[in-house]
Amino acid sequence: MSLSHFTSAVVFAVFASIVFGITQRNSMIEQVKYGLYCFALFVGGVFVAGWVMALIRR
Amino acid sequence: MAKPIAEKSKNAAVLPEYPLTTMAVVAPIVGWLIPGGGHLLLKRYGRGILLMVSVVAMFAIGLGMQGRIYKPNGGDILDILGFVGDVGSGILYFVARIMDWGNIMAANAAADYGKTFLIAAGLLNFIAAADAHHIALGKKP
Repeated sequence: MSLSHFTSAVVFAVFASIVFGITQRNSMIEQVKYGLYCFALFVGGVFVAGWVMALIRR
Repeated sequence: MAKPIAEKSKNAAVLPEYPLTTMAVVAPIVGWLIPGGGHLLLKRYGRGILLMVSVVAMFAIGLGMQGRIYKPNGGDILDILGFVGDVGSGILYFVARIMDWGNIMAANAAADYGKTFLIAAGLLNFIAAADAHHIALGKKP
């Protein structure tokens, strides 16, 4: 199995967000919101880090 | 009137707010050995299945990407930390060791990601086991 860096990061974000959502909040609505928040931060962080590295490389 | 208050505060000091029960000890151990098992034991079926799927999927993807499984006697401090992360997956780690899966050095970037997936799966399972402990104590619904 060979996933690209981006795919790996998104897959990682999905599963980590599920665990964070379930374990860090109490009610179901809060869990879903926190899971989506974590997912957005993970994927957003990937884009930010990607752009920073691209700018450094120039 | 002062006496009952004093007795109340004395009792509060003796009795913990969340008394340690058998289930509060068993649930995190089961949760560590079987990812999501602690939640299933506590009848939180939805959460338990989601945790199980997440941890098992991350572990399987890590192995599929030829990630390395750390051994306890790695020698290097970073190897020991890797072992602590890996062993968090509980029975998945022991099965992988018995079957001799992940006994390879990272030869490419994908294998390095795989190693990270394996460690992250174990660490997330530790969090899930701690959550099962809090549910069993009554700190969390």
